[in-house]
Amino acid sequence: MSLLELDNITKSFGAIHALSKVSLTIQPGEAVGLMGDNGAGKSTLMKIIAGNFMPSSGEIRIENKPVAFHKPIDARNAGIEIVYQDLALCDNLTAGANVFLGRELKRKFGPISMLDYPAMYKRAGELFAELKSETRPRDLVRQMSGGQRQAVAIARTRLSDPKLVLMDEPTAAISVRQVAEVLALIKRLKETGHAVVLVSHRMPDVFDVCDRVAVLRRGTKVADKPIKETSPEEVTGLIIGAIEAA
Amino acid sequence: MTDTTPKPNNAAQAGTDHAAIDEDITLRQEVSGFGAILRTQPFWVFVAILFIGLVMSFVSDAFMTERNMFNITRNMAFFGIMALGMSAVICTAGIDLSVGSLLGLCAITLGLTMQAGFGIGAGFVVCMLTAAVVGLINGILIAYLKMAPFVVTLGMLAMARSIAMVISNNKMIYEFGPDMDLFEWIGGESVLGIPNVVWVLAILTGVFWWVWKFSTWGRWVVAIGGNAQAAKLAGIPVERMIVSVYVVCSLCTGLAAFMFIGYTGSATNGMGATYELNVIAATVIGGANLMGGVVYAFGASIGAALVELIRNSLLLAGIPALWQQFFVGLFLILAVLLEQIRNRGGK
Ligand SMILES: Nc1ncnc2c1ncn2[C@@H]1O[C@H](COP(=O)(O)OP(=O)(O)OP(=O)(O)O)[C@@H](O)[C@H]1O
Ligand SMILES: [Mg+2]
Repeated sequence: MSLLELDNITKSFGAIHALSKVSLTIQPGEAVGLMGDNGAGKSTLMKIIAGNFMPSSGEIRIENKPVAFHKPIDARNAGIEIVYQDLALCDNLTAGANVFLGRELKRKFGPISMLDYPAMYKRAGELFAELKSETRPRDLVRQMSGGQRQAVAIARTRLSDPKLVLMDEPTAAISVRQVAEVLALIKRLKETGHAVVLVSHRMPDVFDVCDRVAVLRRGTKVADKPIKETSPEEVTGLIIGAIEAA
Repeated sequence: MTDTTPKPNNAAQAGTDHAAIDEDITLRQEVSGFGAILRTQPFWVFVAILFIGLVMSFVSDAFMTERNMFNITRNMAFFGIMALGMSAVICTAGIDLSVGSLLGLCAITLGLTMQAGFGIGAGFVVCMLTAAVVGLINGILIAYLKMAPFVVTLGMLAMARSIAMVISNNKMIYEFGPDMDLFEWIGGESVLGIPNVVWVLAILTGVFWWVWKFSTWGRWVVAIGGNAQAAKLAGIPVERMIVSVYVVCSLCTGLAAFMFIGYTGSATNGMGATYELNVIAATVIGGANLMGGVVYAFGASIGAALVELIRNSLLLAGIPALWQQFFVGLFLILAVLLEQIRNRGGK
């Protein structure tokens, strides 16, 4: 049974056709690389899966059941977590507060419940440690480097035990060591049965961790192959259009 | 966020011993304890208050008297209560210009209810209901119809005042029915030498302090002020939160109105005119940032105290009252300037 099936997803923003009839299937525990030039529609597809946009037409099925995500929270409840390309963090809050934003841990005293700072900072610290990121849970996100912000955004997805993690360019702004950690994390996710969609412009990342690669060009899927049956050269050709389709 | 001790920088060992530094990193924080307080706007405004107080105690013998302190704290408390609510609105990068008019409207609905012979409980409920309805209308227009807070609340400023005039028939109310004595005691008298309204402000400040620091509601309001888009993506019901913020602001004004009418012993439909300026000034002087995302519970009281102190000092120093608004405006601009400088220095 497939974890996620996208069936002829089309998305238009007024006159702009961001996606046309894209179908994609993701198996449990599979890592799929999604590649394509700027503006190819990668983020749009991620946001449709994550419940930010409704598709103009087409169907989304999770474990064979059709679903309609009206809000991001619907997708999250269905076991889908996402790291947004622009990270979507609150600069004026601490790293720990951002990790738990919208699902804060609370302590209850009778009818009163209050934020449980120690528990949240502790857990956030553990998550950052897992990511091997030197991110201090009590620091404001405003003062953080690109890599630390990335760690905060990724840590958010680790709060629940999602079936599918969408990562929109998680390695765009980070150091070599942290890239290795993010890739290691993706592998760990795979081993524990989580599926991952990795959007990236970095060919080595995709070839390192993904089982399959799908290529979007101007809103259309032009390729969808097991990594073993393709090469960086072929994928590059597909992205820029030198190779029509594969 | 004051429970950390500064730790030495262990970045040099980062490559060698992760487990040890991870624990260390978790506990570390950029600034802690007193350093964090030093960085806040309310602290520096508080310093300014002490300074003005010191100067004034030399300028005028009447300044340091118990009577004068009583007056200052009582007068500032009405603005302080309203500023607490305004802080919440400004934290979401909004503004509420209708609080002055709402005070007038609450005065009239409350006055009419009690004048008609209803008890103080009914008066209070009507007063707060009036506030809640106005806040609800503001909030819904702003959150769901995506209208600019400035425009919506400017419209409400005009409408609320007009309604107050219509339903009061432009008459003053000074008869508050059977509970009149109790009503005037609550607004105008004191317990243990401290005006009741100051008690209310103190308790409310404590409540708001707790709310901003420990409640999910407070956390979410601050998050919305920081990045509404991110808050939305995190699953926070941004629209409902915004509505609640405007309702809270209005309820604070309703409470201030209830105390204020009791204190003055009369209700007119002109009450509270231009108060919105002082309330917003107090809030901003107290450290709120109109761009949103910043809130201090103590800022509201401290800002209101400074505004009232300016008024009182000019009076005692024999400077014509016509200068009052000039100095309030001056301190407002200085407060924003101070914040700019601090931000530049802190980056
Ligand atoms: N909210 C929106 N409103 C209108 N047009 C949009 C919106 N979001 C995306 N688009 C358009 O849809 C197309 C695909 O954009 P998308 O962000 O999905 O590209 P991408 O593949 O993620 O690019 P990049 O590699 O630069 O991140 C672009 O033409 C973009 O302008
Ligand atoms: Mg993108």
